Amino acid sequence: MQGLMAVFQKEFADHFSSKRFVILFTLICLAGLSATYVAAQSIRGELLDKPDQQFVFLQLFTASSGVLPPFISFIGFLGPLVGIALGFDAINSEKSNGTLSRVLSQPIFRDSVINGKFLAGLATISLMLLSIVLIVAGLGLRTIGVAPSVDEAARILVFLVVCIVYVAFWMALSILFSVLFRQTATSALAGIAAWIFFVFFISMISGILANTLVPLGQDPDANTAIAHEQVDQMVSRISPSTLFQEATVTILTPGVRTLGPVLVRDVVGMIPNPLSVSQSLLVIWPQIVGLIALTSICFAISYAKFLREEIRA
Amino acid sequence: MAETYAQERTDSVAGSNSTGGQSDSFIVETADLTKMYGAFTAVDRLNLRVREGEIFGVLGPNGAGKTTSILMLLGLTEPTSGAVRVCGHNSTREPLKVKRLVGYLPENVGFYGDLTARQNLRYTAHLNGLTDRESDARIDEVLEVVGLSDVADKKAGQFSRGMRQRLGIADVLVKSPRLVVLDEPTLGIDPEGVNQLLELIVKMSREQNMTVMLSSHQLQQVQQICDRICIFFKGRIVAEGRIEELGTRALAGAQLTTEVQVARMADEFVGSLGRLEGVAGVERSGDLLLVHSDQDIREGISGLTAKLGAPLLHLRMRGYGLEEIYLKYFKEG
Repeated sequence: MQGLMAVFQKEFADHFSSKRFVILFTLICLAGLSATYVAAQSIRGELLDKPDQQFVFLQLFTASSGVLPPFISFIGFLGPLVGIALGFDAINSEKSNGTLSRVLSQPIFRDSVINGKFLAGLATISLMLLSIVLIVAGLGLRTIGVAPSVDEAARILVFLVVCIVYVAFWMALSILFSVLFRQTATSALAGIAAWIFFVFFISMISGILANTLVPLGQDPDANTAIAHEQVDQMVSRISPSTLFQEATVTILTPGVRTLGPVLVRDVVGMIPNPLSVSQSLLVIWPQIVGLIALTSICFAISYAKFLREEIRA
Repeated sequence: MAETYAQERTDSVAGSNSTGGQSDSFIVETADLTKMYGAFTAVDRLNLRVREGEIFGVLGPNGAGKTTSILMLLGLTEPTSGAVRVCGHNSTREPLKVKRLVGYLPENVGFYGDLTARQNLRYTAHLNGLTDRESDARIDEVLEVVGLSDVADKKAGQFSRGMRQRLGIADVLVKSPRLVVLDEPTLGIDPEGVNQLLELIVKMSREQNMTVMLSSHQLQQVQQICDRICIFFKGRIVAEGRIEELGTRALAGAQLTTEVQVARMADEFVGSLGRLEGVAGVERSGDLLLVHSDQDIREGISGLTAKLGAPLLHLRMRGYGLEEIYLKYFKEG
């Protein structure tokens, strides 16, 4: 325990004093603030036309005016970068600097090192995202003048947790790379490659795969169209950023009832009522579990590999 | 202090000759310790004993298994078979207890470059469970011992190699260990730095009454400060004991060689050398004459030079230096 606390404290302090953290925090803050500002402007315009809207506050995070993407997309893009920056050199830089063998020769369990690093990263991510969401909410409150309801506050809390898990996944993945690769440059590149693949390429690949496996042809019938859509969706769900996107859009937009294809006959007679928080949560439960599972798997592999490794000077 | 130490040293020699039974007085004890990497045997049935309070040198070429043995002593790697006890604890089963009592300075020791020397040591102190108040006092003390007090608040990234090595020693001392294990501590340091470091090691061992295990492939340095040494070769200990003992044991029955250099190398001189009592042969090697004999003939040689009026520049009998012992074992290995 004592070793874990010592490692945690040091790593936590290191993260907050490191330049890369300051740079990324500034970047995300600026992006988030400008996105929210633009969103707030367009919300104000809409509110003047239709003053009786529900869930106005949540739109701060999801609305976009076309000039800038919404806040959630910024987190979807830039969150991985934060995770990678926090974890990519966690283990291998200590190995190459010769500090790891010195630390391990102290009376601590070996897993204290990797646990402490992971927990410190998690705490950093949580604190960072919490403050960004609070800043954004404060700005929104000031510009649109609408206070969030309890329901909205609960949804923002769930959103925050999903964001933390999402960024923690990227950190766990980059810690895994830092255990697997000797060079910090290699592990950073591997992390960035994974980021580009999962954030930018996965939608193209899922589209190509869906077209190859279930060609739509000239005038596809409903079954083919559904099958095509399902393949597309399942493939893109390999990517944690798809899971993140689905989860955050659903939790922040109470009108979203399902994530799969919807037939016209299903919608006939439906009352366009918003879902309750628990029902929205139920819709995205698989996504949340998936993200947590991916994070745990990455961490478990790095843990096992690190504990079995022989650390030589 | 010095007397007790000498007393202990005499004991230790007696102890190392007797066959076991005194396990409590050995700070390090291994029994058939073996480490295999696949089919390669890095350490082969190692039986090592280090007495409390001595400076013990572990010698051997690169890849002989020195570091692997040290890692097993500290419980940082698991032996394939055999057992190791340090301070009475089994290193494999209770690594934490061992690591609490043993300070280890790894080869190529590193520090966090963004932290100051003091902050680096404070981290070590925290890892050892020292409170802030205890650690601050202890850190000041050890920085004083290694002579880094005035740069304590400089970033460790700016330290030279020699300073880093001294900071490494301070780092080891923070936890007030009973045994200190130094892996190649003098590697890559300039000669003056080496002397300072060795003095520091001796001082540390005497003043703080610590046992020191020192691994190195630099013989001259080890010879200066070690009470006892062992020589590793291909995973085995090929020799163990006090340096003088090893010398006599290694060279017993062997031919002695004496190096002679005189100002004017006349054939007449070489001829008379060959006729000296006990000389088996004379051979020329550059400026030196190598005289092979079965006994100490230095007296005869100096007498001869005086008689012939040839100024003697160099006279040395090979065989009592560590270098010769080392080379001899390596040839045998």
